[in-house]
Amino acid sequence: MSVTQLGMPSIGVPRKGFFTDTSLCIGCKACEVACKEWNSVPADTSLELTGESFDNTSALGADSWRHVAFIEKQVPAADPSAHDGVKWLMSSDVCKHCTHAACLDVCPTGALFRTEHGTVVVQQDICNGCGYCVSACPYGVIDQRQGDGRVFKCTMCYDRLGAGEEPACAKACPTKSIQYGELDELRERADARVTELHERGEEGARLYGHNPDDGVGGDGAFFLLLDEPETYGLPPDPVVTTRDLPVMWKRAAGAAAGLLLGAVAVFWGARN
Amino acid sequence: MSPRRGATEEFTSYYGRPILKKPTWSAVDIAGYIFAGGLAGATSMLAAGAQYSARPSLERRSKLMALTAISASAVALVHDLGRPERFLNMLRVAKPTSPMSMGSWILSLYGPLAGASAASNVLGILPRAGRACGVGAAVAGAAVATYTGVLLADTAVPTWHDAHEALPFVFAGSAAASAGGVAAALAPVAEAAPARRMAVGGAVLETVMSLKMERSGKLSAETLHQGRAGTLLRLSKAFTVGGAVGLALGGRHSRLVSTMCGLAVAAGSALLRFGVFEAGVASTLDPKYVVVPQRERADEAARQREAAGA
Repeated sequence: MSVTQLGMPSIGVPRKGFFTDTSLCIGCKACEVACKEWNSVPADTSLELTGESFDNTSALGADSWRHVAFIEKQVPAADPSAHDGVKWLMSSDVCKHCTHAACLDVCPTGALFRTEHGTVVVQQDICNGCGYCVSACPYGVIDQRQGDGRVFKCTMCYDRLGAGEEPACAKACPTKSIQYGELDELRERADARVTELHERGEEGARLYGHNPDDGVGGDGAFFLLLDEPETYGLPPDPVVTTRDLPVMWKRAAGAAAGLLLGAVAVFWGARN
Repeated sequence: MSPRRGATEEFTSYYGRPILKKPTWSAVDIAGYIFAGGLAGATSMLAAGAQYSARPSLERRSKLMALTAISASAVALVHDLGRPERFLNMLRVAKPTSPMSMGSWILSLYGPLAGASAASNVLGILPRAGRACGVGAAVAGAAVATYTGVLLADTAVPTWHDAHEALPFVFAGSAAASAGGVAAALAPVAEAAPARRMAVGGAVLETVMSLKMERSGKLSAETLHQGRAGTLLRLSKAFTVGGAVGLALGGRHSRLVSTMCGLAVAAGSALLRFGVFEAGVASTLDPKYVVVPQRERADEAARQREAAGA
C-alpha cells in the first residue's frame, strides 16, 4: 500500500459491509425509500420521467444514497424465426465504502472519516463544501446538495450500526438482495453464491468489488453482478487516484525547483 | 490534429449516463484561482530578484502585483466553497494525501509573506525583514505555482489524472509566463529584462509541456482538442507564442510592445488554465473516458491471469 493512502486502521473490530446480490433484486426500490425515510434525505420533487425502463432515480447523488438500476438487455433468439428476448437486470447501487477511499484521502477538512465499522462517513458539521471528494470518487457516488452546499452520501446508517441495528436498506429489502454483516463473512457467502449460480448455468454471475487486491483495495460494499460492470453504470476497473499521488508530489517538487532555478537564471547577467 | 485514437470503440454504459460526477467547481473560480495563484507565486520570484539587483520599480510593482493576485485567488477559492463561512475548516487538519489541504497551508504561509514584503516596501519600514519576507515569498511562491497541477491531477477526472506527470510542469511554465508578461507590462523597459526573459522561458515551457500533454496518446487527451476546451487551448497557444515572440524581438525597445506582448503572454496563460479545466469537465460527462481505458486494462489483466494459469 502506498504511504499516502488512508487505508483501514487496525482497531480489532470486524469491518462491516454490504453484499448486494443483484441476482435476487426484484427492483422494488424499498431500499431507496427506506434510506430516504430513515436518513431524512430530501425528495426530488420534479416528478420527471426518464423513459429509461422503471428507473427515474438515474444515479446516486447527494439526495439518492441507494439507486436501483433497471437494464433491459436484448438477448438474440437462438432460432432466427423467433423474436429476440429481453434480459431484465436490476441492481441496487450504493457507496462502495472503499478500503482506499479517494474521497477520504483528498478531504481537506477531515469532514470525511473512517468509522469504527470500517465505513466512510461525512461529518456534516465540518464539511465546507469544497467539492474535492466529488471529483475524486472513481464511482461518481458523492455529490454536493443543491441549496445546501455540503456533500452527502450513504453513511451505511452510522446511527443504526452504533445501536446494533442493520442499515435501513438491508432491513427493508424483501429478497435479501441487500445483505449486511461482517465483511469477511459476506465475502465467503458471496463466493458460495457465485459457485451456486455457475452450477445452475448462470455463467454471467461474477463478483464486483470483492477483491482486496483491486485498485481501491476492495470495497466495503460489493456486488454480485450478472453482466459487465459498465452495463450497470459501474466503472470496470477503478483505481484510487491517490495511488499516484507520490509521483505527483515529486513532479510538483521538480517543477517548483525548476521555477526557482529559472528565476535565478533570468536575473543572471541581465544588464537592464 | 495530434496523433490519437481513431473511431471510438464500442462500449457499454448505463443509458449513456456519466459514471463520474461533474466537478462542482466553477470555471471562473477555480481556473481563475489557479491562474491568479500561479501569477502571484512567480511574480514573487521576480520581486525577490529585483530587490537584490537594484530594480526598485520592478520590485515595488511585482510585490504589489503578487499581493493583489494572491488576494484575488483567495477570494475565488472561498467563493467556490459550498459553505464559504466555513473556509477556516481548511486549517483543521494537515493532510499530505489532500493537495487541497497542503495548498491551504502553502497559501497561509505564502499570503502573509507576500503581504509583509509588499507592506514593508511601500511603507518603507523594516527593509531587511521585508526583503527576507520577499525571499520567503519567492520560495513559497514556487509551491503555490506548482501544487495546483497536483490539485487537479489528484482526482478521478480522466483528463486531469491522465496528465498527472505533465500538469505541474505545464502550470509552472504557465505561471512563469504570466508573471513575466504582467511584469513586462507594468515595469519600465529599462528594468524589465528579467521579466521578459521569464515570460519567454515560461512560454516555452508552457507550450512544450502542454503539447506533450495533448499528445500523450491517451483517450482522455482528445478532450483537450475538442469543443470549448480545444478552442481555449488553441487561442492560448496563439497568445502565448505570439506574445513571447513579440517580447523577445521588440520588448527591450518599446514600452508599447512590451506592454501589449506581456499582456498577451499572460492572457495565453489564463486561457490555458480555463482550457485544461474545461477539458477535465468534458471528460467526466462522457462515460467512454472511464469505461474504455478501464475495460482495456481489466481485459489485459484477465489475459495475463489466464496466461499465468495456463
